[in-house]
Amino acid sequence: MQFLGDALLLQLGYNATLVAIGAALLGAASGITGTFLFLRKRALVSDAVSHATLPGVCVAFLILVGLGGDGRNLAALLIGSAVSAGIGLWCMNWLTRNTRLAEDAAIGAVLSVFFGFGIVLLTVIQTLGIGRQAGLEGFLLGSTAGMLMSDALVIAGGGAVVLLVILLARRPMTMVAFDPEYAAARGLPVSRIDMLMMGLVMAVTVVGLKVVGLILIVALLIIPAVTARFWTERADQVVILAGVLGALAAYVGAAVSASAPNLPTGAIIVLMSFALFAVSLLIAPGRGVLAAVLRHQRFQRRVHIRQGLLALAQNQTIYEPLTLRLLARAGLARPDGVATAAGRARAAKALRDEHRWDILRRDQAQEAAAALYDGLREIETVLTPDQIAEIDRKIGTPKEAF
Amino acid sequence: MGSDFVTLSLTPLLIGIFAAVACALPGNFLLLRKQALIGDAISHVALPGIVVAFLLTGAVTTWPMMLGAAGAAVVAVVMIEGIRRLGRIEPGAAMGVVFTTLFAGGVLLLEQSDTSSVHLDVEHALYGNLESLIWLDGTGWGSLLDPSALAYLPVELPRMAATLLVVAGFIALFWRPLKIATFDEGFARTMGLRTDLLGLALVLMAAIAAVAAFDAVGSIIVIAMFICPPAAARMMTNRLEVQVGWSVLFAALSAVVGYVLAGYGPLWIGLADAVSAAGMIATVSGLILALAALFGPCRARAGAPSGV
Repeated sequence: MQFLGDALLLQLGYNATLVAIGAALLGAASGITGTFLFLRKRALVSDAVSHATLPGVCVAFLILVGLGGDGRNLAALLIGSAVSAGIGLWCMNWLTRNTRLAEDAAIGAVLSVFFGFGIVLLTVIQTLGIGRQAGLEGFLLGSTAGMLMSDALVIAGGGAVVLLVILLARRPMTMVAFDPEYAAARGLPVSRIDMLMMGLVMAVTVVGLKVVGLILIVALLIIPAVTARFWTERADQVVILAGVLGALAAYVGAAVSASAPNLPTGAIIVLMSFALFAVSLLIAPGRGVLAAVLRHQRFQRRVHIRQGLLALAQNQTIYEPLTLRLLARAGLARPDGVATAAGRARAAKALRDEHRWDILRRDQAQEAAAALYDGLREIETVLTPDQIAEIDRKIGTPKEAF
Repeated sequence: MGSDFVTLSLTPLLIGIFAAVACALPGNFLLLRKQALIGDAISHVALPGIVVAFLLTGAVTTWPMMLGAAGAAVVAVVMIEGIRRLGRIEPGAAMGVVFTTLFAGGVLLLEQSDTSSVHLDVEHALYGNLESLIWLDGTGWGSLLDPSALAYLPVELPRMAATLLVVAGFIALFWRPLKIATFDEGFARTMGLRTDLLGLALVLMAAIAAVAAFDAVGSIIVIAMFICPPAAARMMTNRLEVQVGWSVLFAALSAVVGYVLAGYGPLWIGLADAVSAAGMIATVSGLILALAALFGPCRARAGAPSGV
């Protein structure tokens, strides 16, 4: 626990600090990029992109070694991964556009084939006996143990470039994400903006390979965006919130993983994001589960009270225990089902409203207002007092006043 | 094609073929139902299932691990559905949330537990170990008739064969309902078919195939075989029956060519050692898909082949 506190306050030494800051930058960049992908309903494209990086990493390594180098130059490996991810993206787009395959099949085909080919290249590297390939397997699940200042600078630089591009292109990207047809009608180059979006996803994936690895980077692109969507209905707020949530999960995850042995950074970061997601799923206002349950209960109460009042007005016995309980709690009926004075008044009004609605719904001139009838809506919210008085004249005076 | 072949290559080759076909069969339906990535999700979540089974039993034994992986697959499907409905999130994103989280949980459990004494690591889960499933007692073709040698066949072979039988049996038995529910779910429901149960059963079959194949050949083949052979077959025909036939052919072809290229290809170009068979099989299936996408008679979206 004390270690965790130290880690969160960046007191665990140079490497842990570097990792935490780098991860937070990465989390922010990927959360923001992922939001556009999520709003465009193409979240799993990131899965194909990330798996397609593996052959590029291996080829870059082979070239570096072939040139007599050490083979672990991060920048060169990342360029290689970007090239092969780009080829993967192109294949995926080509398959969806020019064949009858749906996008999900194209995603699956690209990710499995590129990853399989990457594995082949990995075993080639192993059998060549170069022996220094340990760093490459780190790209599968991420390895932050030996992170250098230069690696952190690559991540920070990449993240900054991604954020800058998004800042510049946020409006067209939002429009394309929400309504590509409308964007096309407005004259925006939709396919080029889509390509830009994918390019950003690719950049984030490549930058994140070192920290969380290619299998789990998908989580950083998807989970913060989905989480942020629970809290707000406004696109700009979703974007910012996703960035904050991504940074938070990555920072805390990196700190936690530094505080004890055997806590892999990538996995902890993903589990942190999921924790934020699970909390949001439960308690977010509006879209959360708890809010939905409360909304349902409120609705149920209104239906029961309404039906109970109608029954009281028509002197019917109420058998439903929940209705009785709700009426009694509202002071409208005694526990045995006999209406109180307040209950009789409300019941008479409910029945009268029901008659008013009947008249209204028979009047074809009032079709628009009548369509709002759902058995619960107060008629005063639909009609003006004059209109209600007009309807009341048609009904006539009450034959038997309570 | 002598005794060496029987000892070293016959069983891995057969296991590869069985695994590929067992995954490709349900893959046809998943592809048409736009659930192709379910295979991807299942093969990712098998890892935590296997690790949990290992932690509970303390040993790398077959049945607990298969059960663990199958259980994890069911948990994942339930979580995806739950999150999709409760959070009103599109299915792709819900899948992305679930399988990455479960996979991360598996990685964490693996790191936390002491598995140094057993052969259980992420790399193994990803690329399997097809090449090591050799039949030491198979000293020649005659061994195929020798009960004492047959008793020492790698257990993966009969298990994979049984899985293939179960999957093929399911698809043969429910052929008509599956076909109707896949192409027109609304019509299937009006006929009184329980399409929800049928969909779940299909995913379960896919999970069984994935888990059994996963144990023998690693998850990368599983994902590739769920998608690539059916996708390639889809470019060849407009008829489901023919498509399934093509997909079986493509799957078997990928397994054979991939295995041979991985085992002997490097020797031909002068390298000393073989490369990953699982990766090579996935690569070959991708090449087949590429060829089908370029030249297949029914590759265009409109459906009818040109010039007919």
